Amino acid sequence: MQLILNEEEQMVRESAQSFLTDNAGPSLLREIRDTNNPVGYSQNLWQQMIELGWPSLLIPEQYGGLGSSHVAMGQLMEQTGNNLANSPMFATAVLGVSILLEAGSEQQRAQWLPEIAMGNLTLALALDETPRPDPLNIAASVTKSTGGFILNGGKSMVVDGQIADQLIVSARSAGRPGDSGGISLFLIPRDTPGIEVSGTLMMDSRITANIQFSDVTVGKDQLIGTLDQGLVPLTAALNIANIHLSAELLGVASECLQRTVRYLKERKQFGVNIGSFQALQHRAATLWSDIELCKSTVLAALRSLDDSAGNASVIASASKVKACKVAQLATNESIQMHGGIGMTDEFDIGFFIKRARIAQMLFGDHRYHLNRYAELSGY
Amino acid sequence: MSDLMTFREDTRRWLEENCPASMRTYMPESEKCWGGRDYVFSSDDQKLWLTRMADRGWTAPTFPKTYGGGGLSKDQAKVLKEELAAITARAPLASMGTEMIGPAILEFGTEALKQQHLPGIIRGEIRWCQGYSEPNAGSDLAGLQANAEDRGDYFVINGQKVWTSYADKSDWMFCLVKTNTTAKHGGISLVLFDMKSPGVTVRPIQLISGRSPFCETFLDNVRVDKDQVVGEINNGWAIAKYLLTHEREMLGRIGNVPAEKTVAQRAVESIGTKDGHLKDSVLRAELAEWEIDFQSHQLTIERVRDETAVASVGNSSAMLKLYGTQLNQRRRELLIASEGFNAMSWSQDSEARLWLRSKGNTIEGGTSEVQLNIIAKRILGLG
Repeated sequence: MQLILNEEEQMVRESAQSFLTDNAGPSLLREIRDTNNPVGYSQNLWQQMIELGWPSLLIPEQYGGLGSSHVAMGQLMEQTGNNLANSPMFATAVLGVSILLEAGSEQQRAQWLPEIAMGNLTLALALDETPRPDPLNIAASVTKSTGGFILNGGKSMVVDGQIADQLIVSARSAGRPGDSGGISLFLIPRDTPGIEVSGTLMMDSRITANIQFSDVTVGKDQLIGTLDQGLVPLTAALNIANIHLSAELLGVASECLQRTVRYLKERKQFGVNIGSFQALQHRAATLWSDIELCKSTVLAALRSLDDSAGNASVIASASKVKACKVAQLATNESIQMHGGIGMTDEFDIGFFIKRARIAQMLFGDHRYHLNRYAELSGY
Repeated sequence: MSDLMTFREDTRRWLEENCPASMRTYMPESEKCWGGRDYVFSSDDQKLWLTRMADRGWTAPTFPKTYGGGGLSKDQAKVLKEELAAITARAPLASMGTEMIGPAILEFGTEALKQQHLPGIIRGEIRWCQGYSEPNAGSDLAGLQANAEDRGDYFVINGQKVWTSYADKSDWMFCLVKTNTTAKHGGISLVLFDMKSPGVTVRPIQLISGRSPFCETFLDNVRVDKDQVVGEINNGWAIAKYLLTHEREMLGRIGNVPAEKTVAQRAVESIGTKDGHLKDSVLRAELAEWEIDFQSHQLTIERVRDETAVASVGNSSAMLKLYGTQLNQRRRELLIASEGFNAMSWSQDSEARLWLRSKGNTIEGGTSEVQLNIIAKRILGLG
């Protein structure tokens, strides 16, 4: 396995870096927050991302996509972390596309993937029902009816649930909460009668949805994959999602380090730069080292997705653990090393810790994934 | 088929035919092959394996063929490493020669020095030790005082070295000495001498873990010819830093020894499981986190190596050393915790001794604090 970027991947990384530095960053996020932006992201930025072809990166060429690699997409995700750039890209182009690729019928793929590639369709995964994520803890359920199903239940923490054109809903077609069998996936337009969506403003200035499904009629053709067997593609897609979230967290952590080192070189106390104090040098150096380790884990995880090598669940959990731990350290340390100013809203460093904790919790924090890793490793 | 694939197939076939079966088993520390003039091989197979690998130059795969090396490219060397790992082949030679002074001679030495020393290093015929630290020059290594007095064609060296690993078993020493007492960094030279030279005395050091490879080495009027200086006189610090980078990389790999059982397996055997989970749930989480961090470190070693082809690795070795040694300490703590009092006896091969010995990992080869200084100053530009 090559643990360096090839030319194409390097190009994606550099162009994302320069585009997002110019067009996103904490100042944009601040504007979104202070103007009570109803969707929690910049439509203008998303339009530009569409023009750059970002939503089509993971879509195979036969469906109108660029057929690029997870490593390349991971570079974009990392840069969205550096620049706190919110957009429908993660929920639609990473998570949604992965579920369609894992479980969608040929007809569903041919119908929806080109629309995503063109930027005409956004998706959201309605999965979690509890405050701490657990894909097995599903109570929302469908009953069979003539011509399809009737869906009832509630979902929370749905990323982009308030804006997505279509929802991918996990629901029980059999079994009880906690069972691994009996989960099915459905693709349902958000404006279907019986669906009620309300947004919650989160601390990262993004809006997540709580969704109620009351006797929602779902057609047979809206089932994605095999009835009762939804957990397999769902797990595969969540593995992919967690690896890409790791990339985003890596970006957040790297940016925190960079900003902190810059501050250590500027801020003077006792007549000298505070970066000349060994107590702070060692904290910064420890953080740098941890981020270097995280880089390797994330890159290897992205590569393993492209090579279909290794046990994706083990790799994804390891990657999420490392990225969560490092992002936690980086965001905490950066506030501490900034001192009082790091606690002020006026200064930007506080935006990073707010995003990090939410990305950490999404689809399982390091505790969840440590447990999963141990379980998968047989102890 | 690409050249590299052909090389892989040829290598696999050759290893299949030439690596003795007993050399494809996990290697206890006591069966490491160090080579050297007085080395007593632990088996015929150990000797055969060293000879066969040395004949191909694969004890130093990337060294030029002219001096007996393998002449392999970086990519080929990686393939060889992978193929050796695939059959759990033992390292044919553990050597400060191939790892440390060999590369330095190759980089900085004269043609005569290369011809004199490299073949013996590659064949495992001469065992080397490193004379760096002194009683008053630890973290401040450049403050060393072993004095080399200029006598025209040769130097006469007086001083004391400490922490010279395996000085009692080595044939030659590469040694930092002071050739100009008025300058600090600019007064240091790197010299080579035979440990049988008159005036060299060695005394082993007992550690908290018991017997150790460490020694004190006393140098009383030791004569070293000037043609045994590596690089230029008074320019030894640059080479020392280059060697320290190698040493840090080497120490960064400290925990990466193939073992018969993983830490987790040993914990499961000792503690047992309930519903498939290790009975101690706190230890279970610590184990999982250690495994993830360990893999992360292994991947970083690989990534840094991959990046070296494109740019210079240099200071990253400080991070590899820092983290690798901490991981080894964490591993030893986990083993003690897993095996409880069974691990705490004072027998010769007890886990307790290995655990105690690991406390030195974050001190030797530059303390963790020195590594953090290097990262802060040279990488982050803090100062």
